[in-house]
Amino acid sequence: MTLPLIMFFACAAIAAIGALLVIFLREPIHSALALILVMVSLAVLYLLLGAEFIAAVQIIVYAGAIMVLFIIVIMLLNAGEEERTNLSKMARYAGLPLGIFLTLDLVYWLSHAAHAAPAATGAVGTVGADPTRDLAFLLFRSYLFPFEITSIVILIALLGALVLAKRDS
Amino acid sequence: MEFVAQHPILVVSIVKIVVLLFVLMTALAYLTWFERKVVARIQSRLGPLYVGAHGLLQPLADGLKFLFKEDLTPPASDKFVYILAPFLALSLALTTLALIPFGPATLTILGQSTNLGITNSSIGLLFVFAITSVGVYGVALAGWSSNSKYPLLGGLRASAQMVSYEVSLTLSVVGVVLLAGTLNLNDLIYAQSGRWFHYIPRWNVIPQIVGFICYFISAIAETNRVPFDLPEAETELVAGFHTEYSSFKFAMFFMAEYANMITVSCLATILFLGGWLSPLSSAWRWPLYLPGALLLIGGVALVYDTVILQRGIARIQLAVISSIALALGAICLIPSVMPIVQGPFWFLLKVVFLLFFYVWTRGTLPRFRYDQLMDFGWKFLLPVALANLVVTSFVVLVLNR
Amino acid sequence: MNAVPTSYFLILSAILFGLGVIAFVFKRNIITILMAIELMLNAVNLAFVAFDRANGGVHNGWVFVFFVIVVAAAEAAVGLAVAITVIRNRQSLNVEDMNLLKF
Repeated sequence: MTLPLIMFFACAAIAAIGALLVIFLREPIHSALALILVMVSLAVLYLLLGAEFIAAVQIIVYAGAIMVLFIIVIMLLNAGEEERTNLSKMARYAGLPLGIFLTLDLVYWLSHAAHAAPAATGAVGTVGADPTRDLAFLLFRSYLFPFEITSIVILIALLGALVLAKRDS
Repeated sequence: MEFVAQHPILVVSIVKIVVLLFVLMTALAYLTWFERKVVARIQSRLGPLYVGAHGLLQPLADGLKFLFKEDLTPPASDKFVYILAPFLALSLALTTLALIPFGPATLTILGQSTNLGITNSSIGLLFVFAITSVGVYGVALAGWSSNSKYPLLGGLRASAQMVSYEVSLTLSVVGVVLLAGTLNLNDLIYAQSGRWFHYIPRWNVIPQIVGFICYFISAIAETNRVPFDLPEAETELVAGFHTEYSSFKFAMFFMAEYANMITVSCLATILFLGGWLSPLSSAWRWPLYLPGALLLIGGVALVYDTVILQRGIARIQLAVISSIALALGAICLIPSVMPIVQGPFWFLLKVVFLLFFYVWTRGTLPRFRYDQLMDFGWKFLLPVALANLVVTSFVVLVLNR
Repeated sequence: MNAVPTSYFLILSAILFGLGVIAFVFKRNIITILMAIELMLNAVNLAFVAFDRANGGVHNGWVFVFFVIVVAAAEAAVGLAVAITVIRNRQSLNVEDMNLLKF
């Protein structure tokens, strides 16, 4: 039981429990907090996978901005407890089994996908000593066009959110 | 004991963390004393005087007061989130200090050679900003869980303010990163070593003065301090997001705010003021004696104070403090300790200078209104930070041709 | 050097994605449904990073994750704006009350 393995199981357990809490908690604020827990544990998993920059971006953008937006919206709308109604027959006897089957199916196929992945269980895959630098070179040379397009996407989203959320006055 | 031998890095890290926490909590407490004294002097009064000599035991008295106050919980509040919020705020504020390098030297503790900082991550700067951005939750959740109008409004406004000023905070720092070419905090300090014209140290505050001003203003807004403290000011929103908190939980918010101040000042010294680099030329030998000499002079002044000026119990307290100062001064003059103390000494001096600035603005400036505050962040600071980034990258491009 | 096999990460990613789908289908609060979408996107990001490490060399997986995070941010902003508008119109957060287009 090496330390990385222990860390993986701890973070995986926290992530899975957080995802279950998102489903089972009734108040939206509590679901949001559980989702933040999932995101932070995923950031730790990214660190385990050697993706430091992605872990930092995950915390800054996902846990530090997107989820803050969710929580502010929940606070503004004063979203209260969800009503406790029973699942319909369709949901209980067809939906839930199908959902669980989808999960197990994905687990089965993805666990076999790793063997089909190309090469290199050797080095922890870094072209140079500085993975952030490599990512920067990729983003600004090979993937420059998509990078600029995402800036336009953000601009469009900004304008869209602004227009949609204004009150009609 | 084999545990120590088998996991030397872990044990050394734990020792460093414990020492740092102890030093930090003491520094926090005395930062409150420092603030009250300085703000009092700005307002033509004297500040804490009676609780111990020169009011030096005031933080202890405040701490005891917070512990013994009645701990109320609003009945309709969301218990879990209500208790979580101050813990979250304090723990995040303290975590950032794990990333800050306090000095260059390498020590040998328990046979393991370590640096004067808990970690040395290659993207330390990004992680500091990551932890700062998650710090918004302490405020937002505190406002929500109190289940009351004023905290909710205070919490919403404070979180919107913090998120807005985070953008200009991180953008004003990109110029520094461009000049140094790295995100590692230690390397950022090393990139500022050397001098222009043999006398002016190559600190980033000179080429990046716009970035520094932008960073400092954003930092004051980010930590919810005057003049940006509308969400927690007494005359505006009762006490904003921490209205419904009492005793120990309020103390945690209080400590979190001061810990944030210290963190942001530490970061500003690393990025702009050269971190632990000395402004004096390294060819001179006498700066090595400076920390010890200053502590000894301070100790002698305190002895004078004890013997001549104070009476009674204040005399005993000052006697203890002056003997501690003299002992530390003597330790700093031991030849093997001298080079190790040099780095943290200059770091501390610069951080205290910036904290003095913080307290000075608190005593001097009036408060911003909320819409003025948001306008200032988005319509002035953000364009200025962007312009700084563009000009810096242009200059770097031209100079590297 | 890879102490944790890639398949472990992929299994976790599949579990998170499946739980996201279940949350999306069974929850009735529209904001919680949007959060389930973010959960699914996070699961996919984990799969990308795991495959990137198994690939070795060039970090194309990380570039994809970067773009997914950026687009998810934009989508969350617009999605929440749409949700606010609909909630204002229907005066309810329950997805079953937003049924004007149902036949």
